[in-house]
Amino acid sequence: MLKFPIYLDNNATTPMDPRVLEAMIPYFTEHFGNAASRNHPFGWEAEEAVDYAREQVAALIGADPKEIIFTSGATEGDNLGIKGVYEMYASKGNHIITATTEHKAVLDTCKHIEKLGGEVTYLEVKEDGLINLAELEAAIRPTTILVAIMYANNEIGVVQPIKEIATITKKHGVLFFTDGVQAVGKIPVDVIKDGIDIMAFTAHKMYGPKGIGALYVRRKNPRVKVTAQMDGGGHERGMRSGTLNVPGIVGFGKACELARLEMADDAARLSKLRDKLETALLQIEESYVNGNREHRLPHVANISFKHVEGEGLLMGFNKNIALSSGSACTSASLEPSYVLKALGLGDDLAHSSLRFGLGRFTTEEQIDYTIEQITNTVNKLREMSPLWEMYKEGIDLNSIEWAHH
Amino acid sequence: MAYSEKVIDHYSNPKNVGTLDKGSKNVGTGLVGAPECGDVMRLQIQVDDATGVITDAKFKTFGCGSAIASSSLATEWLKGKTVDQAMAIDNMDLVEELNLPPVKIHCSVLAEDAIKAAINDYRVKNGLEELVFEEKGVH
Repeated sequence: MLKFPIYLDNNATTPMDPRVLEAMIPYFTEHFGNAASRNHPFGWEAEEAVDYAREQVAALIGADPKEIIFTSGATEGDNLGIKGVYEMYASKGNHIITATTEHKAVLDTCKHIEKLGGEVTYLEVKEDGLINLAELEAAIRPTTILVAIMYANNEIGVVQPIKEIATITKKHGVLFFTDGVQAVGKIPVDVIKDGIDIMAFTAHKMYGPKGIGALYVRRKNPRVKVTAQMDGGGHERGMRSGTLNVPGIVGFGKACELARLEMADDAARLSKLRDKLETALLQIEESYVNGNREHRLPHVANISFKHVEGEGLLMGFNKNIALSSGSACTSASLEPSYVLKALGLGDDLAHSSLRFGLGRFTTEEQIDYTIEQITNTVNKLREMSPLWEMYKEGIDLNSIEWAHH
Repeated sequence: MAYSEKVIDHYSNPKNVGTLDKGSKNVGTGLVGAPECGDVMRLQIQVDDATGVITDAKFKTFGCGSAIASSSLATEWLKGKTVDQAMAIDNMDLVEELNLPPVKIHCSVLAEDAIKAAINDYRVKNGLEELVFEEKGVH
């Protein structure tokens, strides 16, 4: 029996795995100590739990536990990683390179740095969503201190050429920061093999709790330091003050352990389901996949259905299926997704897109239902769409003078 | 964002979806909006020459649920009205009837624009001068 609503928005957040919750519960009530309390068993217990979780988190990404700085989540990690490098390495330079398809937590941090007097280059992406490595290398200046390119994109799921980027940054003696939010726990991420210097990631995108994340900060070859963005008790090797969120950290650790053990099976199963979904939806006339299909997360698909508006499409089934769209009909600006636009998609196709994020608890039955619902709704809305009618009559929509409002 | 019952009803069972013969002298067609903005409405009226009464109205809309509902409701209201009465339909009447939230008011404005564009198309076809309407400026 299908249970509604079906959740296919796992790029936004994931449900917590019950095994994670189970691990966390004792740390709310019984073992409630402050991990910084050095003089009694409550503190010792908490510290021990944090140390263990730190090992679990580090193991998932091939890091040393000492390289894990706990944060409140990836937005904080992005801020701390980028602003922290900008301040710490001010004597070396003030130039940062990023890309236009980054998450707002990176883009807005970079804009903030520009206000402080820093210089930022925003690389355009190719139409498949990947950056151009030659452009990246050409953008490096003597004053460049950091390259900030995400591991995998949250809207289209494309996976950037991380190893190749790291080779370039290493060659030029520039640090490499990556927002690993969508990739960590979903595909193998190894900070040593990948050559990553700093990486932000978070628990709630990998079946852990909200409000806890981590920043990986490399300690060897090179030894990296970031300037703290919050002043206080000097926790987390002085880079992030604040009493540790022990239950959250314990949950994060458990989530990382489960991801390390189950990632390969999850990915294999989900890529099959994703491919089934995608193949079926591409049977619909005038439907297109956005982003590179080869270098992509196994559980993500972003598809545009021409001449149907995304929000209107969602309304056809959003009581039963939770999805998101690149359409921004609800936003005051009426601007569609900047990520899709960066791929060179027209605004009309960006408005017509749906983002599918499958997850650990997605079933084949749910995918079958989703295929049926979306196909029916697209067909129904096209019957109602003046654009579809014109397209069918062979009218070139670009030849019409639209009244832009 | 939750939709009102009425928006959901018009979205699920839209009234008067379809196409009238835009070449006909007593059909007025209004096509407003732009694909880039995420909504395009085409609204058509068929007018009885003798009485000036709108005998039929049809729409097709590319847009969100509120845009579809606004145009569906507009066609319902247009039928049986004279062209003069139709000109008095105000977007805020649609907002009120459909309980549209502030971010969706532009959908109702678009529907009002579509009505006016259809009326003007009909007028021009019948040798009458085009009416100039006040800009709502909500977009």
